Amino acid sequence: MNPESAVLVMLTVMSAATPLLFAALGELVTEKAGVLNLGVEGMMLAGAVSGFAVTVTSGSATLGILCAALGGAAMALAFGVLTLTLAANQVATGLALTIFGVGLSALAGSGFVGMPVMPLPKLAVPGLSDIPVFGPLVFGHDALVYLALLATGGIGWFLAHTRAGLILRAVGESHESAHAIGYSVIRVRYLAVLFGGTMSGLGGAFMSLSYTPMWAEEMTAGRGWIALALVVFASWRPGRVLLGAYLFGGVTILQLHAQGVGGLGIPSQVLSMLPYLATIAVLTIIAAGPWRGRLDAPACLGQAFRPPK
Amino acid sequence: MKSTATRRDFVLGSAAAAGALSLAGRHAFAADPLKVGFVYVGPVGDYGWTHGHDLGRKAMVTHFGDKVKTTFVESVTEGPDAERVIRQLASSGHGLVFATSFGFMNPTLRVAKQFPKVKFEHATGYQTSPNVSVYNARFHEGRVVCGTIAGRVSKSGVAGYIGSFPIPEVVMGINAFALAARKIRPDFKVKVVWANSWYDPGKEADGAKALVDQGVDIMCQHTDSPAPLQVAETRGIHGFGQASDMKPFAPNAQLTAILDVWDGYYIQRAQDIMDGTWKSHSIWWGLEEGMVKMAPYGPAVPEAVAREADAVREAIIAGTRHPFTGPIKDQKGALRVADGETLSEKEIAAMDWYVEGVEA
Repeated sequence: MNPESAVLVMLTVMSAATPLLFAALGELVTEKAGVLNLGVEGMMLAGAVSGFAVTVTSGSATLGILCAALGGAAMALAFGVLTLTLAANQVATGLALTIFGVGLSALAGSGFVGMPVMPLPKLAVPGLSDIPVFGPLVFGHDALVYLALLATGGIGWFLAHTRAGLILRAVGESHESAHAIGYSVIRVRYLAVLFGGTMSGLGGAFMSLSYTPMWAEEMTAGRGWIALALVVFASWRPGRVLLGAYLFGGVTILQLHAQGVGGLGIPSQVLSMLPYLATIAVLTIIAAGPWRGRLDAPACLGQAFRPPK
Repeated sequence: MKSTATRRDFVLGSAAAAGALSLAGRHAFAADPLKVGFVYVGPVGDYGWTHGHDLGRKAMVTHFGDKVKTTFVESVTEGPDAERVIRQLASSGHGLVFATSFGFMNPTLRVAKQFPKVKFEHATGYQTSPNVSVYNARFHEGRVVCGTIAGRVSKSGVAGYIGSFPIPEVVMGINAFALAARKIRPDFKVKVVWANSWYDPGKEADGAKALVDQGVDIMCQHTDSPAPLQVAETRGIHGFGQASDMKPFAPNAQLTAILDVWDGYYIQRAQDIMDGTWKSHSIWWGLEEGMVKMAPYGPAVPEAVAREADAVREAIIAGTRHPFTGPIKDQKGALRVADGETLSEKEIAAMDWYVEGVEA
């Protein structure tokens, strides 16, 4: 493989990883606050359809991306009302949110099937973008790819170094204690859930505006579930989410490349399994290896909190 | 209602019934519209397979007006659910039911046994019964036209092909394309990437990107979304649309598209029912019968190449050219079809080997 095509492969891997990165980072923050939201897929679809519809109707991709974030957040709000205010079971509600999101997005998007949209513009810095290898890799993406990378650093810093991040983690580790020292557990969780929805919505927008610039029913094709697995894979650390997303994107793209050069004699179905096998392998290593017991799941993950009267 | 019916109602009812009886036979149906049911495997908005069938349904409505009444059920999963849907259509007065996916075969046959008066049409299957017909299209004939254009337009001499599943229907398409391209350019190669799905835009796009990165400059697909063609457009190469004219997604990249046109067949079968001439059959129609058509050529097809492609299309229609005429060698270089011989329909329908020049 010559350097030029290696760069092209790397660009493809980065775009394959970006929707996963958005959704997984959002879910990480939600889970750090102690809420398990299995509705990522549904929220991504809501984001994908609202981003696409608004971009087509208004002609403004910026407005579309904003509305995608709002679309994801609106779904998350419904989840929040049910699980936080009404204390419904989080697992059941999250699953319902995914199924609901699939149907709702199909209904909302039915008028937009078969419509083309201009893909998001790539950042082009005169001079810098033309530097071989380095230029396209660093300056050859659209705004959402950079936003996902910035969000990784931002969330890492927020959780580890800010007071608000500390409160969020406290709520996720022990909601009783956080409540006892005067923090509003429900309010913090609402904010975390809404943030998760916003990020999933952005991941969806990346799918429908940049990755495959079109709207099609169930176009996220299971990426929401992979994002959920990535959070566990990353043991709730943003840096590792980044690593996991790129690893997953990389294995997906490389197996397609392997097929293109003749499959190396391996059946294509087996190659298609590789990304999932890699995920299971890494999860097993983390759970059974020398890091055993250091998965660092938030202690109150998935537990409903009812403030004492 | 029934408990409060008066004698007058009863008399009127009887008169109506007697009137209907006296008209029994063919003419009774002439007054009532023929109810036609459609069972779709995907959403009507998939811009591919199901979209094509729904266009056929709409053409039927336009053609017959009030004489037909159509019902469709979309996104029906292949399996027990399909049987329930098909039975529901058969028992609610539909005289003709189109089941438009391979996996509906057994449910259709089971329901057909219970409703001998209802006629069924199953797309892409192979089993018929007295009231179940089978219909399919020779899409691979369109691939010959595409291959001819690819052989002329390609600079690198390598085409990429996004496949769904390695089943005969897909394999024969890859082979027909490769043979036609190699007729123009004997060193032509086709690289195949399997998406292992009929419809996953993200994965289809990833596969297409991988192929472009490996130097292909023609993109073919046997999956249902316009995603591979979109990649061709953004990467500045060319390709062919699948099932629908995908020009809106790739105005510069699309050279032509293979169109599934069910209109004529659907209209004819409804007419057969109305005339009382419907018979169970198994048909495999192509360019000649108009079940397969080519979309208008894109801007990247030079005039001479367009004429050459037209000539190939006309030769297939006239029967002077066949997609699989020997000599044909397989991937390992062994002679599979002798010089001058032509594969039979049966051999094509069971194709499980690749021709020379295919990397799959």
